[in-house]
Amino acid sequence: MPAMSAMSAILIPDWVGRHSAIASAGPQAGRIEGLWWLMFWVSTAVFVAVMVALGGAMARRPRILGDSEPPHALTPEERGRMNRLVGGAVAVTVVILFVLLVASVGTGRAIASLSAPHAPIVKVTGHQWWWQVEYVDAVPGRSLTTANEIHIPVGRPVLFRLQATDVIHSFWVPNLHGKRDMIPGHDNEIWIQADRPGVYRGQCAEFCGFQHAHMGLLVIAEPPAQYEAWYKSQLQPAATPVTARQERGRQLVQSLPCALCHNVQGSQASGKTGPDLTHLASRRTIAAGTLPNTRGNLAGWILDPQTVKPGNHMPANTMASDDLQALLDYLEILK
Amino acid sequence: MSAEPIERGRVAADADAIAEDRRRLEETWKFASGLWGWLSEVSHTRIGKRYVVTALGFFALGGIEALLMRIQLARPENHFLNADLYNEIFTTHGTTMMFLFAVPMMLGLGVYLVPLMIGTRNLSFPRLNALSYWVYLFGGLFLYAGFFLNTGPDAGWFAYVPLAGPEYSPGKRVDIWAQMITFTEISALAVAVNLITTIFKKRAPGMSLNRIPLFVWAMLVTSFMVVFAMPAVMLSSLMLALDRLVDTQFFNPAQGGDALLWQHLFWFFGHPEVYIIFIPATGIVSTILAPFTRREVFGYLALVLSLVATGFIGFGLWVHHMFATGLPQLGQSFFTAASIMIAIPSGVQIFCWIATLWTGRILYRTPLLYVLGFIFTFVIGGLTGVMLAAVPLDLQVHDTFFVVAHFHYVLIGGAVFPLLGGLFYWFPKMTGRLLSEKMGKVSFWLVFLGFNLTFFPQHILGLQGMPRRVYTYLPETGWGDMNLLSTMGGLVLTLGVLTYVGNMLWSLMAGPAAGDDPWASDTLEWATSSPPPPYNFQYLPTVDSRYPMWTRREDQPIVTGLRTDRREVLVTDLLDAEPDHRDVLPGPTIWPLVLALGIAATFIISIFTPAGLLIGAVPCLVALIAWFWPRGDTDLKVLKERA
Repeated sequence: MPAMSAMSAILIPDWVGRHSAIASAGPQAGRIEGLWWLMFWVSTAVFVAVMVALGGAMARRPRILGDSEPPHALTPEERGRMNRLVGGAVAVTVVILFVLLVASVGTGRAIASLSAPHAPIVKVTGHQWWWQVEYVDAVPGRSLTTANEIHIPVGRPVLFRLQATDVIHSFWVPNLHGKRDMIPGHDNEIWIQADRPGVYRGQCAEFCGFQHAHMGLLVIAEPPAQYEAWYKSQLQPAATPVTARQERGRQLVQSLPCALCHNVQGSQASGKTGPDLTHLASRRTIAAGTLPNTRGNLAGWILDPQTVKPGNHMPANTMASDDLQALLDYLEILK
Repeated sequence: MSAEPIERGRVAADADAIAEDRRRLEETWKFASGLWGWLSEVSHTRIGKRYVVTALGFFALGGIEALLMRIQLARPENHFLNADLYNEIFTTHGTTMMFLFAVPMMLGLGVYLVPLMIGTRNLSFPRLNALSYWVYLFGGLFLYAGFFLNTGPDAGWFAYVPLAGPEYSPGKRVDIWAQMITFTEISALAVAVNLITTIFKKRAPGMSLNRIPLFVWAMLVTSFMVVFAMPAVMLSSLMLALDRLVDTQFFNPAQGGDALLWQHLFWFFGHPEVYIIFIPATGIVSTILAPFTRREVFGYLALVLSLVATGFIGFGLWVHHMFATGLPQLGQSFFTAASIMIAIPSGVQIFCWIATLWTGRILYRTPLLYVLGFIFTFVIGGLTGVMLAAVPLDLQVHDTFFVVAHFHYVLIGGAVFPLLGGLFYWFPKMTGRLLSEKMGKVSFWLVFLGFNLTFFPQHILGLQGMPRRVYTYLPETGWGDMNLLSTMGGLVLTLGVLTYVGNMLWSLMAGPAAGDDPWASDTLEWATSSPPPPYNFQYLPTVDSRYPMWTRREDQPIVTGLRTDRREVLVTDLLDAEPDHRDVLPGPTIWPLVLALGIAATFIISIFTPAGLLIGAVPCLVALIAWFWPRGDTDLKVLKERA
């Protein structure tokens, strides 16, 4: 199994990310993986034992009945032997279950104990069908908002504050930790730590309607220096257009319906209902982990998002080819 | 009331008197004929068969839905079904299998078998039984009417709010779901009450508590679970309907409501529901084991206590469906312990069944093959259940295909396998015809292999991170191969079920006659003809062991003295089944159907206007008045005779 997941990790392109509960990249997922293998081997042993007992019963030659005994009754010796065997099996079962209970509670305590002072705080809000990501800092100027892609420093615990405002979603990045629901009216918290750099995929795990299937996100674990650099670049306002076409693109973002839902820091587009686009070009995917962020995909998505992700809340846009190219030129500089 | 007129003794009367008795019983109990008669039937065998056939019909629909989903998931980004249709189909599949197939099938089997197994002529409340069936049928038809009019529910069979609330599921889809739930709950509650009273008070003389057949014990425990679990879901579906229809705010966090309240109420019902389906299946397993090992089932007391323990513990672990919601650690540990603990009674049962096989002489007939298949799959499902009880592991695999695999192992392996074995076993009793053993074995192997091929790969998919309830997935995730394998397994499974159904159809047309007792079984339903006459037994039997058919003596006493000119049955006491008094049961009547129609009108119209409650109350009231109108015949006559 480990060999298999290692192989699939090689095949998975970077924009998809790794996504498996048994290829842990952090202490919590590692603990849970350990519990899984314990339970797997214990269960396998129990299953084999029960099947051997069943096979024994099937292979056994039955006792010849005496004339005088009622045909269905067991002899006292048979009854006694079976009582001992069944009683013993039940006793072993109870002991095994108790061991598993202790292992489970112990793992539960271990994964809940992760925390650190001054840890980065990431507030993630589930929306139908994308993730709003806000880095919360005591200094207002150091807070930032992005979407669908979360960068974290390797080797440091990070506190995730999880919430939802529409329906219930569930935040789940299996290589790092188990899932935690995002419930309107109940804010949740979860600590996560990645020990190995990498791109880890997450996906909404609570059925949230039409496009539940296409609600992915990426967690990118980087060495601290790289993370700091990323953080700094994200704090910057959006890039300023250089060419006339890029400027035309910015005008379009501000005048077309885009600005009603999307925010581009430093422009007049300041909508809050859709993903923040200030650094759109720095992200690997669009449409919540559904497509790689390429010029072609972006064009298709802007013109006809309902074909890519039917039922999502972004309307179709009709525009002249020139306008579209200008818009794309602008979006591509939003690094 | 005196037991005086009842004599326990061998019938000394001559053959003419016996024939005369039978003629009068046939006259009194005869099945109603014609369309009107069909609609007013109250016989438990007729209604039980209707339950089984109807539930099989819904099983077929649910199965077709499953197959459509498997075809959609066979390849990544497949366009066979769109997101909307897929969500409707997976919701309808779950709802159908839980509410319209599994529970009614098990209860319906109880309706058919319990009176026969305990040696009486009908259930305690025959008209209530007819009402239960009609309400269930209308609920099911209502769901599918909505489904085929493109208003099938699409928020999951668990209908979590706020997604299922008025804001995020506008339209009538979820209303139909909520009302359908209420239909089936009313039906299940009425059946449960009927079974409990029948099992407590109508047992054959001598069938003390410690001689009740294990299937009947299972139905008793199940019925009690229904009585305690169903009100929780009735309440929650009512609150949801109110939120949606008259703007109450039970589940709206913005108005002080609570989204988690729904989950607690739903799973307080939803987890016991699993055992409501599983416990009757264990009863079937125990029933099949005795005739096919030719031995008593080992550990009767342990098995009964396990059933009762499961019934109690089953109510203490609903929170394991909610571990990911972020509950406090201590509470989670409690529910982990409870969830792990329920493996103990299940283990006891498995060990007792293996001990029975160990001591017995195994006859490898189709019903027994299903029992062996059951043990294989249920042990796997039980072990993955223990894994899911562990909070940390659950946090990873919850709401993934691992859970889908797990509960199909316990529900198909744990309940449908015994059910298929049980239907094979009782089919001769119900129809008077034998099934083909050869086709039975072919169907078993196809079902068994197809099932494992379908669901085993889903464990791996879940660990690889594939969430449940997704209509498609990205090709790059690498989930395609396992999904394709699973879909191919689904096709084999379908072939197996079709073979099984084909066997039934063949037998109905050309099957050899079964005789009264084709398997040389031990319980009382085999003491009468196949199919049983409308009065079940000409003389009610008495019992002096757990295996009455195997210990029946030449001069076994029978119950005499019951009047044959009206529908009289014997009432016995709770503990020892000593004869206590006689009870008169009602005959065919149309009013249960009218009341069921009134209830259906109430629920359906109230989706569109609150005035539906008032409009629907009129036919309900009329039906109830007619139903309870004093007949003045039987009781008064008895009093006059006494005077």
